[in-house]
Amino acid sequence: MFSLLGGLRRRQAGSKDVARERLRVVLMHDRAGANPELLEQVRDALVQSLSPLVDMDRRGIQVDLRRQGQSLALVASIPVRGFKRGAGGRG
Amino acid sequence: MGKSIVITSGKGGVGKTTTTANLGMALAQRGARVALVDADIGLRNLDVLLGLENRIVYDLVDVVEGFCRLRQALIRDKRCENLFLLPAAQTRDKTAVSPDQMRALVAELKESFDVVLIDSPAGIEQGFQNAVAGADEAVVVTTPEVSAVRDADRIIGLLEAQEFHAPRLVINRIRPAMVSRGDMMDINDILEILAIDLVGVVPEDEHIVVSTNRGEPAVLQNSSLAGRAYRNIAARLMGEDVPFLDLQSANGGLLGRLRRIFGG
Ligand SMILES: Nc1ncnc2c1ncn2[C@@H]1O[C@H](COP(=O)(O)OP(=O)(O)OP(=O)(O)O)[C@@H](O)[C@H]1O
Ligand SMILES: [Mg+2]
Repeated sequence: MFSLLGGLRRRQAGSKDVARERLRVVLMHDRAGANPELLEQVRDALVQSLSPLVDMDRRGIQVDLRRQGQSLALVASIPVRGFKRGAGGRG
Repeated sequence: MGKSIVITSGKGGVGKTTTTANLGMALAQRGARVALVDADIGLRNLDVLLGLENRIVYDLVDVVEGFCRLRQALIRDKRCENLFLLPAAQTRDKTAVSPDQMRALVAELKESFDVVLIDSPAGIEQGFQNAVAGADEAVVVTTPEVSAVRDADRIIGLLEAQEFHAPRLVINRIRPAMVSRGDMMDINDILEILAIDLVGVVPEDEHIVVSTNRGEPAVLQNSSLAGRAYRNIAARLMGEDVPFLDLQSANGGLLGRLRRIFGG
C-alpha cells in the first residue's frame, strides 16, 4: 500500500525534478571544487574561531554549500547553547 | 576577415559533429563562405556526415606538417559551392597538432572565409585545447540529461577561464512529449543551471539518422524540424534575431502544425 502510493506520487512529480535537483547539488560541488574533507576543515575552523565567544553543540554543526541565485553560499548551521560571559556585549 | 567558432561539449555523443555539419551547410546556403575544420583527429566523422568521405586526399595534419598547402586539403562541397571541409587525419592522434599550429591554421582560413566552424572532440584534454585554440567564439552543445549538462558546465568554466567571454548554448535532442509530462528537463531548467545564452534548441528528429545515413545534412530537407532549428541557429550566429521554435505547444506550435501538414 505504502509503496504503491509512493510509486504513484513519484510518477506524478516527473523524473525531471529529480534530475534538476541532482544536477543542482552535483554542480554546486563541481563549481566550488569542494569535497567533504574541505567542508570538514571549514567546520573545524569555524569551531575554533567561535569557541571563545559561543557555547555550541559541536555535534550539531552543519556546513554546506547552497546555491543563492547565481552564486554559491557557504551555509553553516550552529546550534547555540548560549554566549560566553564577558565576550563582548555590555558586560 | 572572417570569424571562427568552435562547436564543443564536455560529454561525447551529444551532437557536436551533427551541429557542425548542419550549421556549416545552413550558413553556406545563406551565402557565407564557410570552412569546416574537423579537429577530432584520429576519429574523423565530419566528412561522413557531409558525404565527402570519398574525396579526401590530404588532411589537417598534412597541412600542419607542410606536406601540402591548405588550399589543396580543402574539399569543396558540390551541393553548395561556398562550403569547404578540412578533414581530420584518421591515422594520427591529437598529439600530432599543437594549439599554436591550430591557431595559425585557423587564422589563415579566416583570411579567405567568412565563417570557420571547428568541430571539437569530446573531453577536456589536448583535443579540446587544440579545437578552441584558434576560435573567436564558442558554442557548447548539450542534451537535456544530467551527465551532459554537468559536463557542459565544466566546459563553460574552462572556456571562461580561456577568455571566451560569452559561450552560447545549443540544447540538442529535446523530446517535447517527454518535457510535457515532466520526464525531461526543459529549456528553462537547463538555462537556469548553466546561466549562459541560448543560441538554439534542436529536437530529437529521425531525419537526423536518415540524413547521416545518406551523408546529406538535415538542413537540406525542408521537412526536417531539426533542419529548421539549425537554419535558425545559423541565422542567429549571423546576428539575426530569430524567435525560438515552439516545440512544446502541440496544436498552435510549429511541431503541431508540422504534424498536421506531414501527418506524423
Ligand atoms: N537531434 C537529433 N536527433 C536524433 N539523433 C541525433 C540528433 N543529434 C544527434 N543525433 C545522433 O546522435 C549521435 C551522436 O551525434 P554526433 O556524432 O553529432 O555527436 P558528437 O558530439 O559529435 O559525438 P563525439 O563526441 O563522439 O564526437 C549520432 O548517431 C547522431 O545521428
Ligand atoms: Mg563528433
